[in-house]
Amino acid sequence: MILAPIAVVIGSTSLHAQEVGYPEKEELKFGFIKLTDMAPLAIAYEKRFFEDEGLYVTLEAQANWKVLLDRVIDGQLDGAHMLAGQPLGATIGFGTQADIITAFSMDLNGNAITVSNDIWKQMKPHIPHENGKPVHPIKADALKPVIDGFKNAGKPFNIGMVFPVSTHNYELRYWLAAGNIHPGYYAPHKGDTSGQINADALLSVTPPPQMPATMEAGTIEGYCVGEPWNQQAVFKGIGVPVVTDYEIWKNNPEKVFGVSKKWAEENPNTHIRVVKAMIRAAIWLDENNNANRPEAVKILAKSAYVGADAEVIANSMVGTFEYEKGDKREVPDFNVFFRYNATYPFYSDAIWYLTQMRRWGQISEQKPDSWYKDIAKQVYRPDIYAQAAKALIAEGKASAKDFPEFATETGYKPAQKHFIDNIVYDGTQPNAYLDKFNIGLKGSTKL
Amino acid sequence: MLTEKQTSVDLAKLTGLLKTIMLPLIGLVLFIGLWNAMAKNIDTSLGQFPGTAAVWEQATVLVDEHYAQKNKATEFYERQQKRNAERVAKDPTYQPKIRAFTGAPTFFQQIWTSLYTVMVGFIMASLIAVPLGILCGLSKSSYAAINPLIQLFKPISPLAWLPLVTMVVSAAYVSDDPMFSKSFITSAATVALCCLWPTLINTAVGVSSIDKDLINVSKVLRLNPIQHVLKIVMPSSIPAIFTGLRLSLGIGWMVLIAAEMLAQNPGLGKFVWDEFQNGSSESLARIMVAVLTIGIIGFILDRLMLQLQKWVSWDKSATLR
Repeated sequence: MILAPIAVVIGSTSLHAQEVGYPEKEELKFGFIKLTDMAPLAIAYEKRFFEDEGLYVTLEAQANWKVLLDRVIDGQLDGAHMLAGQPLGATIGFGTQADIITAFSMDLNGNAITVSNDIWKQMKPHIPHENGKPVHPIKADALKPVIDGFKNAGKPFNIGMVFPVSTHNYELRYWLAAGNIHPGYYAPHKGDTSGQINADALLSVTPPPQMPATMEAGTIEGYCVGEPWNQQAVFKGIGVPVVTDYEIWKNNPEKVFGVSKKWAEENPNTHIRVVKAMIRAAIWLDENNNANRPEAVKILAKSAYVGADAEVIANSMVGTFEYEKGDKREVPDFNVFFRYNATYPFYSDAIWYLTQMRRWGQISEQKPDSWYKDIAKQVYRPDIYAQAAKALIAEGKASAKDFPEFATETGYKPAQKHFIDNIVYDGTQPNAYLDKFNIGLKGSTKL
Repeated sequence: MLTEKQTSVDLAKLTGLLKTIMLPLIGLVLFIGLWNAMAKNIDTSLGQFPGTAAVWEQATVLVDEHYAQKNKATEFYERQQKRNAERVAKDPTYQPKIRAFTGAPTFFQQIWTSLYTVMVGFIMASLIAVPLGILCGLSKSSYAAINPLIQLFKPISPLAWLPLVTMVVSAAYVSDDPMFSKSFITSAATVALCCLWPTLINTAVGVSSIDKDLINVSKVLRLNPIQHVLKIVMPSSIPAIFTGLRLSLGIGWMVLIAAEMLAQNPGLGKFVWDEFQNGSSESLARIMVAVLTIGIIGFILDRLMLQLQKWVSWDKSATLR
C-alpha cells in the first residue's frame, strides 16, 4: 500500500522552486520502441537518474506504436517514448481517442528517408554532382521522374512510414510535396484512413524495426524512419538514405514522453520526478560536445534496448551519417537531445504537427487559429517541465542558463526558416502557414 | 553351449543398445551435419545463417548475461536499502518497502515465465474440458448440444483469439493492486481457449466408448451417478483423457509462443520477437537458441505427461508412446 507521502505543495507560479514531494507511485513501467531516440530513457535508467528520484522504473520494448499507445491508455504502461503526433492525435481523436499529455520533448532530428538500391540507381541521373559526390540536400524532384515511370508502367510506388500521426509521415509528405509529388489525403469523416486519396506515392504503415526487412522483400520501395534503421540499410547494403530530417526541417522536434492525463493528475510529484530524471539524461547525452555518446552507443546496443550492432548505432549517434556506402558526412546535429532547448515542450512544435494533420486531411475541417493554440495547451505542458527544471537548478544538477527564461517564455519559437522548400513557419499563425503550401488542404477546403 | 548362449545374449543386448542409443544418435548427428551444411549456404542480410558453433556461443552468452543480471539485481537491492535508510532518517514515519528488481528479464526468466503461463492455461483448460467431456460422453443429448460449439471453436487460431482476449481482459480485469499482470492473464486465457478442445473431444469419446459389461456391472451394483463416474467411468476412460491432455499441452505450448510474439507478453515468444527486431548480427543465433529451447521444453513436457499417464493408468501392460 502506498503510504501518504509528506505533501509538499508545488506552486507553479512561485519564483522559487520548492522541493518536489515524494513520488505517489514508485514502481513504474515505461514503454519504448527500439530506436536510438529512446536514449534518454535508457540513460536515465542506466545512470540511475530515476533511482535518484526514488523511482523504480522498468523499461519494456513494445511491438509497434499502436500497441504502445493502447498500453499507455489502459494503464499497463505508466508512460512511454511516443511520436510527437501521438498525444495530439489521441487528444483530437484521430485514430484512438484519449487524453494524453506530454511535459518532455525527447529529441530533435534523428530520422531519414531511405530508398532501395534500385530506386537510388534511377534517381541518381537526376541529382547534381560535385567532385563525384551527389550534392545534398537531395530534393524529391529527383524522385519525381522515377515515380512518373512507375505510374506510366501502371505500378504502385509504395513507401513505408511508421504511424499515421508520426513525425515520419509528415516529414515524408513534406519532402515529397516539396518535390511536387502528391502523398495523398486522409478523409476520416468518410471513413478513409489510408491516406492515399489522390496519391502519387502510396504511404503505408510498417513498424520501425521491420522497415529494412520489408524493403528487402520488395513490399516498399523506400521508407522514412528513425535510427538505426536507415544506417542498417546502408550496413546491409540494401538501400541508400537520401535525405535526413535535419535537411527537411533543421532541428525539428521529434519524439516526446507521453503519459495519460489521468495518470498525470493522480501522480503529480512522480511526473515531475520522471521529467527531472529525463532532463538529466538529456544533459548527459549532449554534455561536453557529445563526449558521452560512445558510452551511450554501448548502452543502446544491449539487446534489452535497441539491440542493433554498436557500429550501426554509432553511425548516427556520434555526429556523422553515412549516405550511399562510403559517403560518410558530418551531421553534428543528427541527434540532438538537450541543446537548443530540445527537451522543452514548445506549443509551436505541437501546432506544427496540427497544421500537418490539417494539411493532409486528418483534421477534415477548417479550424480557427485559436483552436490550434487550445489543443497545444491541453497536450503540451511546459508548466510541469518548468517545475522539474527549477528543482534541478535548485539542487545544482543543472544550470539556469541551459533552460529558457521560464518567467517570460511564451512557448512559441520565433518564426522558423530552414525548411527544404524555404517556407517560413510561424506557430502563432497556423492558418496563414497552411495557405503557403501548393499541395495540401487549406482554408475551408473539405474533401 | 554356455558361450554360445552368452554370445546370443550379448548380441541381443547389443542390438537393444543399438536401437535405444545408436539410432537416435545417428539421427541427431545427421541433423547437425545437414544443419551446418545448409547454414553455410544461406546468406541473410544479417550475415550467414548461424551454424551450431554460433548457436552454442550465443547460448553461453545468454548464460553469462543471466549471471551478470543477477549481480546487477544484488547491487540494486543494496542501493535500495541504502536509499530507504536515508529516507527513514529524514522521515521516521516512513515504512520502507522493497521493490522488485527492474532490470530486463533474462533468457532463463523468460523460460520460467512461459512455463508458468502454459501450466496455468493448461490447468484452466483441463478443469473445464474434463468434466464437460465426461458430461458429453455420458449423455447423448448434452453431446448433441455441445458438439456444434466444439466443431466451431476447435479450428480457431490463437492469433484470432488474442485481440478479443486482450480487449476483454483489459476491460474486465481492473484492479488497483492486481495479483497478476494483464499480459499474464491474456496469455494464459488464450492458451486455455486453444488447448481446451483435444481434451474435451478425447474425454467425450473415451467416456462414451466404455465397455458395455462395465456399464452393466454398474447397473447391477446400483451405483449412484457420482459413484458411477468415479468407479467405472474415470478408470476406464483415463487412457483417452490422457491422450487428450497430452495433445492439449502440446497445442498450448505452441499457442503460447505465438501469443507471446504477437502480444509482446513476457516469455520466450517475446524473446524471439525482440531479437528479430534487434536485427543485430547475433540475433539469428540467439533466436536459434530460443527455437531449440522451445523444442526441448515441448519434448520434456510431453514426456512428463506420458509418465503421469503411465503412473495413473490401470493397465500397466499397454504400450504407450
